[in-house]
Amino acid sequence: MADATPAQRPRPLSPHLQIYKPQITSIMSILHRATGIALSVGLIVLAWWIAAAAGEAPYFDFVSAVLGSWIGVIALAGWSFCFFYHLLNGIRHLLWDAGWGFELPQVYASGRAVFVGAVVLTLAAIVIGATVW
Amino acid sequence: MSSKTKSLRTPLGRVRGLGAAKEGVQHWWAQRLTALAIIPLGLWFVGGVLAHLGADQASVQAWLAGPCTGTLAILLLVALFYHSSLGLQVVVEDYCHTEWLKIASLVVIKFAAFFLATLSIISVLKMMFGG
Repeated sequence: MADATPAQRPRPLSPHLQIYKPQITSIMSILHRATGIALSVGLIVLAWWIAAAAGEAPYFDFVSAVLGSWIGVIALAGWSFCFFYHLLNGIRHLLWDAGWGFELPQVYASGRAVFVGAVVLTLAAIVIGATVW
Repeated sequence: MSSKTKSLRTPLGRVRGLGAAKEGVQHWWAQRLTALAIIPLGLWFVGGVLAHLGADQASVQAWLAGPCTGTLAILLLVALFYHSSLGLQVVVEDYCHTEWLKIASLVVIKFAAFFLATLSIISVLKMMFGG
């Protein structure tokens, strides 16, 4: 084992994340996971809100007030971006599963489309939300 | 498996259904199927939530208590929590290399997903049938 015989030379390690130049492909893959994790946390809030909607009126008003606070609004806007990004990039993944869009230029083009689409849909949701609220 | 006792089952019959044989794509397939369901259902629900921002409880209940909207909401909740637990499971399996911690995390994820799914679905049913 390693501590039985002193190491003659440092063993090679596989390069870690910071070694690599950021690329749109790797960044988007990491973002897909990150937004998925964030959305899973958001599901806790979703279940909380639905349970409150079915429960007592004062408690629903409390939940509405929490979600309507500035922290709540920022969180909801963040989850909106996560939702639209994960949704659009998920469609990109489904198309890959179907065998479409595997050429590198197409991968870059679809990646840019996902980014633009997610930002546009998030902004649209914020504008609509601000109008309704 | 009582393989030491004599059995009329053939070796092939004994191994069938063990391991990932013919079920290896189940996780993958369930993730795609729920993803496909969430595309229309999720967009519909987000649109509905946007329309009810700041609304009082009665209007939220009126929205989700309808037979169609309630059904769609329940289907979405099933797909969401299933999809979420599958996704989180892959993340844990990829990054968590301590066996007991991995198993514990998976148990917490599955239990939490089942609890929150049941809570939210019962809540929708209550709005639909609770009057």
